Amino acid sequence: MASHSHSEKHAHITTYKTYLIVWAALMVLTVITVYVSYVDFGTMNVVIAMAVASLKAALVALFFMHLKFEDSITWVFAIFPLGLLFLLITMTFVDTFTRVVVP
Amino acid sequence: MAEADIEQPHGHHMDPATEYSSSKLGMWLFLGTEILLFGGLFAAYAIFHARFPEMFYEQHLELNRTMGAINTCVLIFSSLTMAMGVSAIKLGRQKTAAILILITIICGLTFGVIKYFEYSAKFSHHIYPDTSIFFSLYFLMTGLHMIHVFIGLGILAVVFVLTLKGKFDAKYNTPIEMGGLYWHLVDLIWIYLFPLLYLIG
Repeated sequence: MASHSHSEKHAHITTYKTYLIVWAALMVLTVITVYVSYVDFGTMNVVIAMAVASLKAALVALFFMHLKFEDSITWVFAIFPLGLLFLLITMTFVDTFTRVVVP
Repeated sequence: MAEADIEQPHGHHMDPATEYSSSKLGMWLFLGTEILLFGGLFAAYAIFHARFPEMFYEQHLELNRTMGAINTCVLIFSSLTMAMGVSAIKLGRQKTAAILILITIICGLTFGVIKYFEYSAKFSHHIYPDTSIFFSLYFLMTGLHMIHVFIGLGILAVVFVLTLKGKFDAKYNTPIEMGGLYWHLVDLIWIYLFPLLYLIG
């Protein structure tokens, strides 16, 4: 029956405890980002900041947005825009900084 | 409205499982377009930051790190209560879900109030979107994000009222879950905006 398979697909319900652990991890990572910004690593600062932000984003997507428990087609829908975003940023970047006459 | 029929599997054009998974895919597709909407601004930020690193560093000192950090915590906490709200309704706890959604809304409003004070402080220091490229990007990125917060609050308000009316239960709760996904995206974008704008090393 349709309603049966419906409830089966909903089988995974994340516990409050898991969410609280993820939240605690996000708070720790936030403290790390703020702390690191006061230390001078030169150009590595922005790399570290973005790495920590991406780790936080991954936690939000995987647990809060439930992506960890979704099927492969949802993963395709979630990852594909990131590929486009990567192209958008790198291609614009490369274009701007390889022009002989800078606009 | 057509939505009222959803609770009855019969007499609707799709079975609940199909309806749920298409809603979810549609939502993720929409979130993809949202990421790319901000993507244009992220690309602009990357280029101007690479070109004028000193200017970005100097100007970002005008921003209030404490307020930015508090807002980050407020938004991450609101994401937590939202996620818990989705779990609550899936366990059939309507009242708990309603309370958690309400807390999420209050956090969203708090975020807006703090941002209002930040913007006011900038304006009183005669800092406007046309002050510099950094502040153009700052106002555009946080402004577009703020619009998303308000849209998210609108969605959550509707979902909250419907939850109070008992429209959702353990079996049918798609709007709460989709509203939650949108709210998490707002949080996710802020997770990048905070270090990019407030914490330039």
